[in-house]
This record gives sequence, structure tokens and C-alpha cells, in this order.
Amino acid sequence: MIVRKSRAELEAMREGGVITAACIRMLREHARPGVTTKELDGLAEEFIRSRGGTPEFKGYQGFPASICTSPNDMIVHGIPGRYRLKEGDIISLDVGVRYEGFVTDSATTVAVGEISPEAQGLLDVTQECLEAATREVRPGNHLGDIGHAIQELAEGRGYGVVRDLVSHGVGREMHEDPQIPNYGKRGSGPRLLPGMTFAIEPMITLGSYEIKIDERDGWSIYTADGSLAAHYEHTIAVTDDGPWILTLEEGVDSRRKSA
Amino acid sequence: MAKEGVIEVEGTVTEALPNTQFRVELDNGHEVLAHISGKMRMNYIRILPGDRVKVELSPYDLNRGRITYRFRS
Repeated sequence: MIVRKSRAELEAMREGGVITAACIRMLREHARPGVTTKELDGLAEEFIRSRGGTPEFKGYQGFPASICTSPNDMIVHGIPGRYRLKEGDIISLDVGVRYEGFVTDSATTVAVGEISPEAQGLLDVTQECLEAATREVRPGNHLGDIGHAIQELAEGRGYGVVRDLVSHGVGREMHEDPQIPNYGKRGSGPRLLPGMTFAIEPMITLGSYEIKIDERDGWSIYTADGSLAAHYEHTIAVTDDGPWILTLEEGVDSRRKSA
Repeated sequence: MAKEGVIEVEGTVTEALPNTQFRVELDNGHEVLAHISGKMRMNYIRILPGDRVKVELSPYDLNRGRITYRFRS
């Protein structure tokens, strides 16, 4: 069942979203050659706690850290550790913050130093996919419109759209109903209503969409063919004034200005 | 954090096994081994051969599933 949030609840989520957005910005600034993923995790945890939030990933189904750090052909759920960022890497950083009882979830993929044109193209299309998906988050649309927008854009340009991992509802819990595949048929699925809140996270690859999971740590998920993967995410609320991106920085409002 | 998408399918229970597992023949012809979900167990919902059920499959192992709903016959 898709839980709809009241205006007050959305405001609370927005406050948490500001912290998440600020954390993402801080991580982007620190993601430079030479830094380890563990160091980034430490910075994120300290940042989140200093703002009064708690890192939602830590302890979630046993996940041992506050953020996911997923370089190059790793798609998601990378566990921070001794991996040292190097020039030419791309790395996805995923952050989840619990604040005032609500979770907001956001992710970004950073270019470490100078990257190849193919890698930059991947980052660009993945961001565009998130933007296209965001535009579909409005009352009256159907859930499938979101995945359709992502799939049409990415596959239209020859990229792979990961199937086995999905976008999802978010709110009092990190993973709420509904599951939102990043592919789909226009018009399918339930109708979107104001108050619904989704974590939209397209995962796009330079090759095929097949994945493989790292048996050793049970978490890290890679592209099966070793191709690069990118990932961007925002927590977005359905409102009558259009999609409200909750994980934007303070002072930035994605909604249409009401007259 | 991305969620692993589960595939929800329907089928008919063909056999009840001694360890509270069930063989389910899915509508697509595949046979899977499924266990009963915690929620159904908590509510003492019995499952018998012949029941039509909803099964959640993990994308990583399409031969195993979790029975999440029993349809009224």
C-alpha cells in the first residue's frame, strides 16, 4: 500500500532532505584522487550526525556503513573500505538520512579528476534520466510512466537500464511500497496522488543491464559485463504544484510557483 | 539505497513438503520451491495442494520463492 504523507509530514521530510543534499555536496567536494571510500564514509557519518540526523544505511539489513561507495563497474551497494579513488574513476555515492522520523535518500556519481568522454556521456545521460523521470512525478500520471521515461531515454541512446534493482517508495522507512522499476510501460501501474514520496534512482550502464553480486561481501553489485555504471537519486514528493524534490539544498524549490 | 526488485508471480500449489515448504507450479510452467511468508504464518493461514497463491521470486534465484498470498477458492 502506498502511504501518502500530509503537508506537515512532507515538510519534515524536506528538512531531512536538506541534510542529505548538503551531505552529498560535501562528499562530491571530497571525492578526489587519493581519498579512500572509508574516509568518505567517516566524513558522511560525522556530517549527518552533526546536523541532528542519523545515517539510515548503517545497520540496515546488516549494512556496515553510512554510505554506499560504488566505483566504475560497481553499480550500487559498495561497502566503504580501503579502495582509493584514482584519476579517471567514476564513483557513485549513496546517502540515506533519518531525521525527525523520516528517511530521505539521495545519490550522485562523481567524476574523479579527468574522465573519458564515454564515462562523461554515461554520467550525463543518467542525470538526464533522473530529470526525465522527475517530470513524470505528478498527480494523474501512472507509476509506469516513471520507468518508461528512463528506459526510453537511456535505451534510445544505446545505454543499458539495470532491471534487478528498482526505485522505491520512501518515508518512515527507507524502502516502502511501491517498487518502481526503472523500465516500464506508459500508463501502467497505480495512479500517482499528492503526498506520495518516491526515491527515484536510475542505474544506467555502458553495456548490458545484467548484474552480478559479489559473493564475498554479499552486497556489492557489479555489471555482469564489466561496463561502467552510473547512478543518481533524489527523493521526490508528488504535489499539486508538480514534483517536489526533497533532496535539494536549502532554499531551492523544484515546484512550480503557484500564482 | 536501491531495492532489489522481487518478481511477483502466481501459481498453484502442487505439493506440501514436510519442512513447511511447498512446490508451486507457476502459471508460466516453471516449478519452484517456496516457503510461507512470515505474515501468513503469523495469521495461521493454511496452504494446501490445489490452492492458488501469489509467490515472490528473487531475481537471483528463480527456483525459490516466498508465498505471500493465498487466493480465495
